[in-house]
Amino acid sequence: MRDIVIEAESLVKKFGDFTAVDDVSFEVPKGSVFGLLGPNGAGKTTIVRMMTTLATPTSGSARVAGHDVVAEPAAVRAAMGLTAQSATVDELLTGRENLRLIGDLYGLDRKFVRSRSEELLEQFSLTEAGNKVVKEYSGGMRRRIDLAVSLIAHPPVLFLDEPTTGLDPRSRVELWDVLRDLVRDGTTLLLTTQYLDEADQLADDIVVIDHGRIIAQGTPLELKNQSGAASLVVTVSRHDRVQQAAELLRGAVEGEVHVDVDARKLTAPGGDVAALSLVAAQLDDAGIEIDDLGMQRPSLDDVFLTLTGHKAEESSNQEEVSA
Amino acid sequence: MSAATDAIAIDRTDPKPVGASRLRQIMTLVRRNLTHIKRQPEMLTDVTIQPIMFVLLFSYVFGGSITIPGGDYKAWLLPGVMAQTIAFSSFIVAVGLNTDIGKGMIDRLRSLPIQRSSILWSRSIAALMHSSIGVAVMSVTGLFIGWRILDGVVGGLIGYGLLLLFGFAMIWVGILVGSAMRSVEAVNGLMFSTMFPITFVSNVFARPEGMPGWLRTIAEWNPISSLTQALRDNWGVPGSQVRPDAPWPLHNPELATIIWAVAITAIIAPLALRAFNKRTTD
Repeated sequence: MRDIVIEAESLVKKFGDFTAVDDVSFEVPKGSVFGLLGPNGAGKTTIVRMMTTLATPTSGSARVAGHDVVAEPAAVRAAMGLTAQSATVDELLTGRENLRLIGDLYGLDRKFVRSRSEELLEQFSLTEAGNKVVKEYSGGMRRRIDLAVSLIAHPPVLFLDEPTTGLDPRSRVELWDVLRDLVRDGTTLLLTTQYLDEADQLADDIVVIDHGRIIAQGTPLELKNQSGAASLVVTVSRHDRVQQAAELLRGAVEGEVHVDVDARKLTAPGGDVAALSLVAAQLDDAGIEIDDLGMQRPSLDDVFLTLTGHKAEESSNQEEVSA
Repeated sequence: MSAATDAIAIDRTDPKPVGASRLRQIMTLVRRNLTHIKRQPEMLTDVTIQPIMFVLLFSYVFGGSITIPGGDYKAWLLPGVMAQTIAFSSFIVAVGLNTDIGKGMIDRLRSLPIQRSSILWSRSIAALMHSSIGVAVMSVTGLFIGWRILDGVVGGLIGYGLLLLFGFAMIWVGILVGSAMRSVEAVNGLMFSTMFPITFVSNVFARPEGMPGWLRTIAEWNPISSLTQALRDNWGVPGSQVRPDAPWPLHNPELATIIWAVAITAIIAPLALRAFNKRTTD
């Protein structure tokens, strides 16, 4: 049995009549990555704010590194780092100055702060930009310095609220690599995301949140299995052959064929390898050229749609409440 | 990006983050605020160019039409504009605090093992230093246009001391406004539309004797007027004497300034702390 480093027990947060977080419980073992997945306004940020002592739970309790977030906030703060949704670094300070600012506030030895800052700048490819004011940083650099600042004191627990929101794909992948390195070195990570692929890529365990409630919980694989078997996916080369290919596909599989004419993409759930080869042969016989043909496991997007009835990128009705 | 990672594998001998001493917390945050001024010197225009402009505009545009019995308008005006400048410390705190709240910087600081009050202390100290730069610049400007401290070192120091004391009281107003307002624009709007009338309806720019009765009463009881009168008296500014039947604060301006500062602090500080705590919780 591994140590539990982050623990939420029946957390509830109400803002007036509005229940932002409704009876949320989870446990995060040491050295693992825990993903809170949900659309905008699902209550993810509010959960993180409660776990990091920034908001007080209406009821329920939470512990970080063994300390209660309400009773021992100072101990919790000393044990964790937080990277909030919008990069909260000082724009008028340089990268180095930001690191020093937070290192000094942690009460760390000055010499240590200096050497640790250089390590972090190097790790995040910011050594050259270290003396530039953060205002001049790109979005990706800003995210990286924000994360670096959160790591100055080597926190054993790190909370990341939508760490890659607003980043270009390359910066995202780079950040993922950094996060994997951290976990390999023993950091426990709790991250929120509305990107299903991100949770899929990083998290060992995922909790899916919608309207403040947990609607599903498990490993990425378990969640994918919940929404059924793999699908057969065909991308036809020419628009005018899409309908013809769809007819073929309907004859080959049991399930309903989904046709996306614009993308020239056909999706048939419940297909298997036998159906795949049959379809391949039939398409060839009919002279329909294809760009792509294959099996697709359900993505977390499909999982989310199955669980909630709406897509993940769409907002819930409620606004994300954060002060 | 991962090449250096092995080198930073968690080393158990790392110093533990124990939280900085209160003094280090405040000093660190004050340094942060001063770095802001260094990076954006234009932040200082509110305590340099603006008051100098006031002094010059009023001295040379209106000065000719305003006579100060037994004195010179320029030298008479300068202490008043200094009082106005120090009152604007509240503005500086309000804008700075509101910006930090809006940008999530306060959340970042609150997620650290530091006392929340250090955030306010550092803001206040930095704002007083900010305003003090303005007072120093004004003093030098004054020397060029004929203002002098004529009442000796003690009077001079009492004057500057009262300025700082009043600035400290006004900082609470700034914390209240900065915490209560939803945006920097709202802070600007509120402070411009209140602080300018409040500092103008006083003895800063003109003698209250020339104002209509009701306005004169307001001007004579205005805390800014007490401070201004205290400065003029203690610096021996010619023409500083007030009419014999002026209300009590203008005849005892030092004591009145102290009472005002204490009263403003006693009333506003609890409200300000409540607003700040409310804004920075949840």
